[in-house]
Amino acid sequence: MLKKWIPLLGVAALCGSLSVPQAAKAEQLTLCWAAWDPANALVELSKDFTAKTGIDMKFEFVPWTSYADRFLNELNSKGKLCDLIIGDSQWIGGAAESGHYVKLNDFFAKEGIKMDDFVPATVVGYSEWPKNTPNYWALPAMGDVVGWTYRKDWFERPELQKEFKAKYGWDLAAPKTYTQLKQIAEFFQKRQIDGKTVYGASIYTERGSEGITMGVTNVLYDWGFMYDNPKKPYDMQGYVNSPEAVKGLEFYKALYDCCTPPGSSNVYMVESADAFKSGQVAMQMNFAFTWPGLYKDEKVGGNRIGFFPNPAEKYHFAQLGGQGISVVSYSSKRDAALQYIKWFAQPDVQAKWWQLGGYSCLKAVVDAPGFKSSQPYATAFLESMAIVKDFWAEPSYAELLQAMQKRVHDYVIAGKGTAKEALDGLEKDWTKIFKDDGKI
Amino acid sequence: MTASHETLTDKMTEAAVRATPQAVARRVRGLSDRAIAWLFIAPTIVLLLAINIFPLFWAIYLSFTNYRANRPNAVVQNVGLGNYERVLNDPDIWASMQTTAHFVFWTIVLQTVIGFGLAFLLDRKFRGHAFWTTLILIPMMLSPAVVGNFWRFLYEPQIGLFAYAVSFLTGIPTSEIQMLGSVNLAPWAIIIVDTWMWTPYVMLICLAGLRSIPDYIYEAAEVDRASNWRQFWSITVPMALPFIMLAVLFRGIENFKMFDMVNLLTGGGPGSTTEVASIALKRAAFEAWATGRSSAFAIILFVAVFGLANIYVKALNKVKQR
Repeated sequence: MLKKWIPLLGVAALCGSLSVPQAAKAEQLTLCWAAWDPANALVELSKDFTAKTGIDMKFEFVPWTSYADRFLNELNSKGKLCDLIIGDSQWIGGAAESGHYVKLNDFFAKEGIKMDDFVPATVVGYSEWPKNTPNYWALPAMGDVVGWTYRKDWFERPELQKEFKAKYGWDLAAPKTYTQLKQIAEFFQKRQIDGKTVYGASIYTERGSEGITMGVTNVLYDWGFMYDNPKKPYDMQGYVNSPEAVKGLEFYKALYDCCTPPGSSNVYMVESADAFKSGQVAMQMNFAFTWPGLYKDEKVGGNRIGFFPNPAEKYHFAQLGGQGISVVSYSSKRDAALQYIKWFAQPDVQAKWWQLGGYSCLKAVVDAPGFKSSQPYATAFLESMAIVKDFWAEPSYAELLQAMQKRVHDYVIAGKGTAKEALDGLEKDWTKIFKDDGKI
Repeated sequence: MTASHETLTDKMTEAAVRATPQAVARRVRGLSDRAIAWLFIAPTIVLLLAINIFPLFWAIYLSFTNYRANRPNAVVQNVGLGNYERVLNDPDIWASMQTTAHFVFWTIVLQTVIGFGLAFLLDRKFRGHAFWTTLILIPMMLSPAVVGNFWRFLYEPQIGLFAYAVSFLTGIPTSEIQMLGSVNLAPWAIIIVDTWMWTPYVMLICLAGLRSIPDYIYEAAEVDRASNWRQFWSITVPMALPFIMLAVLFRGIENFKMFDMVNLLTGGGPGSTTEVASIALKRAAFEAWATGRSSAFAIILFVAVFGLANIYVKALNKVKQR
C-alpha cells in the first residue's frame, strides 16, 4: 500500500517545492493603454516598480484605432483584464458615472498625494468629474496637447527668407498667429525644395474616430468658439455657432483647401507624422507625444525640426490630449494597483518618466529650473499646456464627438453647405443629445 | 442494394457492435432512432439558439428600450416604437440607405456584366484557359483587409499606381486624381475595388451555369441554322439565367451589408459620401453607444433584406420552372 503512495508523495513534494517561490513572488498587475511611443517608455519605467515591490507588470497595449472600442467594451462589460487603465480624457465622465473607476479622493488623502502638485489643466482634464469639483477618478499620467512642428532647416534658408520677407513683409519664422501660419503654408505649397515638390501643412482631417474634431477645435477656440454659455451649462445657441466660430471653421477649410498635400482627406496622428517625416510638408499639426520620436528622426529631426505651440488669433487656446491613470473598479487587485499609483506619483519617478519620453504633469518636474532646456520641445510643451481646452467629457461624449465629426467633415472635406449651416446643425445635434440625456 | 452490399453492411455492423464497450452498447440500445438523432443534432441546435436566435430576439427586445451599452448601471426604460420612429425619420439614415442602394446597384450591374462576359469567354476551350481561370479568381481569394489596404496605396495621389496610370492616359496631374478624397470619385473608388474583387465570384457561378447547358441543344440549333447571336439569346442566356440570378442574389445580399471595404478605404468619408448603412449602424451601435436605437435600425435592415430576398427568390423559382 505504501509503495503505491510513494510516487504520489514524491510528486506532491515536487509541486510543493516549486510553489514556494511562486507564493513568495507577489501578484501581477495588468495595465491597459494605447500602443504608442509613451507606452514603451512606461514599460521601461515600470521595471523600477517591479524591482521595488516585486509586483510584476503586464501590459495590454492596443493601437489607437481600436483603443476606445477595445477598452470601453472591456469596462462596459465589467471585464477583469485591466487592473490599471490609462483612459482617454473624454472617458472620465462616463467612467465615473458608470462606476468603472475607483474614486481616489480617500486614497490621495491617506497617501498625501495632492492635486495641487499637478498642472491645473491636467487635473481638470484627466482627473475631475464633474469638472472643476474636487472629485478625483485618475492621477494625471500623460500630459498631451495639439501643437506644431516645422522644418526649421527650410525656414532658415536665406533665399527663402528673402523671398518670404519680400512677399509678406515679415521674417519667416515660427508663426504666432493663424494668419501668419496660413501665409507660411501658402508660401511653401507646391514649392520645389531640393528637387522635390513640398506642401504647406498637414492638418487633422480624419473622419472615423476623433481626428478632424481635434484639429478643428484647435482652431475654433482661437476664434471664439465655446462649448456652452459659461453662466448657463448646456446653453449652446450663440456659443457653438457664434459668428466667430463660423469664421474659425471657414479658416480651417481654407487652410485645408489651400495648403495641404494631395490625398489629405483622412489624416490623423500617424498620417500627419508620416507626411512630416517623408519631407512633404513645411509644418505639421500633431499631438506633443510625437515630438520626441520626430526629434530623433534621422531625416527630419535634430537641427532640422522646430516646435511651436498652437498659434493665437483673437484668443489663444490649444486642444488638450493626454490621459490620467485610473484603478479599474472590477479589478481584484485593487490594493496593488493603488500601490502602483502611489509609486507613479513620486517626483523622482515623474522626473524619470519625462526623461524616458513620457510627459509628466507634475509641477515639480515641469517647473524645475532646467526643464525648458531639458529637451528642445520642452518650452513648446510647457507653453501649450498652459492654454489647453478639452472636448466634452460628458458620459455621452462619444455621441457628441460623432456629431461633430460628421458636421465638420461634411463641410471642410466634402464641401457640403456653409460653415454656418455646419455649426447650426452641430448645435441642434448636441441639444438633442443632451435632451436625451436629461441634462436639458 | 445488392446482396454483397448487404453482407458487407452486416459485417460492419457486427464489427462495430463488437468494438463498442458493453456498457455503452447497453445504454445506446435503450434509445430509439429518433432519440439518437436528437442526441446528434442537439449541440448544433444549442449553438444555433445561442449564437443566432437568442441575439436576434434580444436585439428585438432592445430595440424597444433606451438601453445603452456604455451605461450598464442606468435604468432601462421601455420606449415603445420610439426608436423605430426616430430611425425612420432620421434623414442621415435615409441618406445612408440611398448610398447603399447606389453601391448595390452599380456593383451588381458591373459584376454581372463583366462576370458573365468572362465566363462566356472562358467557357470556350482554348489553350491555357485553366491558367486564365485561376488567375482571374485570385482577387476573390484575398482577404478584404488586404484588398482594402492594397487599393488604398494604389489610389494614393502621390505614389499610387492608379493615379499614375490615369495621369499617363489622360494627362491630368496625379495630384488632382484624388479617388478617396473627392466627393464625386470616392463612391466609384469603392465600386471599382468591389467589382475587381468579386467579379470572379459571379464569373464562377455563371461558368457553372454555362457548363450545365447540354451540347445537344446547340447541335440542334446548328442543324436549324440558328446564328450565333440567336443561339446566345435563345439558349445561352435563358438557360444560364437562374445561375446569373443566383449570383445577383448572393452579391446583392453581400453588398447590402458591405462594411470592410468601405471602412478600410474611406471610413465613410469624405464627409458622409460613402457612409453606407452598415457603417452608419456601426457608428450608432459601437461609437455613439445608442444600443436601443441601433437595434431598431438593425431590425429594419434585416426586415428589408429578408423581404427583398424573399421576393427575389420567388422570381428566381419562377424562372427555374420555365
